[in-house]
Amino acid sequence: MPDVAFWQGNEALAHGALAAGCRFFAGYPITPSTEIAEIMAEELPKLNGSFIQMEDEIAGIAATIGGSIAGKKALTATSGPGFSLKQENLGLAYIAEIPIVVVDVMRGGPSTGLPTKTAQQDVMQARWGTHGDHGTICYAPSSVQECYEIAIKAFNAAERYRQPVLIMSDEIIGHMREKVVPPTVKPEDLVERKRPTDIPEKFVPYRPDPKDDLPCMASFGDGYTWHITGLTHNDWGFPTNNSDEIEKMMKRLMRKIDRFRDDIVEYETVLTDDADVLVLAYGSVARTSLRAVHEARTRGIKAGFFRPITLWPFPDKELEKLARKVKTIIVPELNCGQMVLEVERAVHGKAKVVAQNLVNGELFKPDDILSVIEEVA
Amino acid sequence: MPNQEVFNWLRTRFFPHIWCPGCGHGIIMHSLLRALVDLKKKKTETVIASGIGCSSRMVGYIDACTVHTTHGRSLAFATGIKFANPELTVVDVMGDGDCTAIGGNHFIHACRRNIDITAIVMNNNIYGMTGGQVSPTTPVGSSATTSPYGAIDPSFDICKLAEGAGASYVARTTIANPKQAEQFIKAGINNKGFSVVEILTHCHTQFGRKNKRRTPIDNVNFFKANSVPLNKAQEMSSEELADKIVVGEFVKREIPEYTAQYLSMVERVGGLKNGK
Repeated sequence: MPDVAFWQGNEALAHGALAAGCRFFAGYPITPSTEIAEIMAEELPKLNGSFIQMEDEIAGIAATIGGSIAGKKALTATSGPGFSLKQENLGLAYIAEIPIVVVDVMRGGPSTGLPTKTAQQDVMQARWGTHGDHGTICYAPSSVQECYEIAIKAFNAAERYRQPVLIMSDEIIGHMREKVVPPTVKPEDLVERKRPTDIPEKFVPYRPDPKDDLPCMASFGDGYTWHITGLTHNDWGFPTNNSDEIEKMMKRLMRKIDRFRDDIVEYETVLTDDADVLVLAYGSVARTSLRAVHEARTRGIKAGFFRPITLWPFPDKELEKLARKVKTIIVPELNCGQMVLEVERAVHGKAKVVAQNLVNGELFKPDDILSVIEEVA
Repeated sequence: MPNQEVFNWLRTRFFPHIWCPGCGHGIIMHSLLRALVDLKKKKTETVIASGIGCSSRMVGYIDACTVHTTHGRSLAFATGIKFANPELTVVDVMGDGDCTAIGGNHFIHACRRNIDITAIVMNNNIYGMTGGQVSPTTPVGSSATTSPYGAIDPSFDICKLAEGAGASYVARTTIANPKQAEQFIKAGINNKGFSVVEILTHCHTQFGRKNKRRTPIDNVNFFKANSVPLNKAQEMSSEELADKIVVGEFVKREIPEYTAQYLSMVERVGGLKNGK
């Protein structure tokens, strides 16, 4: 690993995943995420890891889940159309509690949309894309350095909470080059999935550990036999139609994110102590927004900045506290208004929420956001 | 009754099974278990993957490393498992819908890669679990709930498809010959490469009811009367073979296996020194 690198976001994500211990990648080429697959194809064989290009996006995530079932830390990467195709099997990873990391380098949609242009139109799909209820862990990096760091955090969260973790990058972050100082990753910085300690005859695959409410996970080939299914199941992993068992499974699936919410949620604030106007932004838009906030300060406007690093779980409590102090929250997004709905939910009308949307494939310019700050100040 | 060694591979805690009385799937499960016992496979090192449908419920009843995936996708999951740990024995059980309809793409690419997985296709010519809809292997003219006036589209020949796509072992039999099913499954598992064993079975509940094969025994008799061994078929005309079931081993060839090819590439780029 170099001390200092000059990487694209996609490169940093791939190298971060390798540093996190990822040794399995299965995917399908798609713009603008393909560099991640290309780097994994080059690096994984050198690390005795496994890279496979599958026949389609659906097979990409299915094989990724298979790699994890066989004990490897596993990654797949895609973009909008591929993210849509992966949704069914993403649901299987949620219900069967298989840790994987899925990257979506967002481009404009719907459908084939704008393959080479940036957007943030998939953020609600990240939360609700697969059918059925489940908790979601989803990160949105806003710099190349952060792509590297978030890749490590995502694998740690996937292994700790036994579920898929999403990284919603975007075309600008994915293809932008920046200086990266890769942090030294020590073995104690990495989370490995909790393995069963029971003798095989006593192993109950989905019985939660009373300490943290999370079941441990054996890999195929570890000396245990167990059953994995996409059907609603009991602690034995076997399909059930018993209403008590169904409710128990569903409640625990939801509870595992709720219970660890404070450990998972991450956000960044700048100049919020005395702010009247808050700009809330994520991903590439956060960079433009921060510039606009600093510019507003030079013009005497008390502007502040709030950046959710985890889109899901959303930092709602933290935002709600700030909402009591500020008058207006501006939410610039490269979509027609998605996370703004979550902002409105979080602030409960305590501050005025103003959506600023752009869907022409371009980025906001700092002046675009500054003019809205000046308008509402 | 299965012998004790076969019985040890069952998760009897999950019985009763969901199959209708007289279903052919149990005959195939028994053949598979006899093959695994005879090959002295370890349960903890045997993976059995499946898709969706009556056939795919089989994996729940087998005490091994079992994974019941999404419709048609089991081969993609199985590919990930085998690729991540090539030491595992991987079997994939699926229905005709899984194999030739929704999962057709995964099937041809698993054949092409020649990855060391044994696919057992339980072909009953119908979507049984959802109530008897037409499938890509429903014979022309047969009645199904979504072909009430008779199927008009030609059906897939699964073995020819597998051969064309590159599988290294391809065989077909029927549930009327469970010894042969066991023998072909064993040969498939022993083959270092992608093996396809198509086993014709019946759904008397959904297919037979509408197509004059109402009882399990009607179906067994149908398979017995219409099966033609491959060597005999080679001497018959296509007219004589119409509506017949050719059984036997169609393909046995030694071609490079995917995980072995990958391993040699890893060795070439110096990856082996980096441990597992």
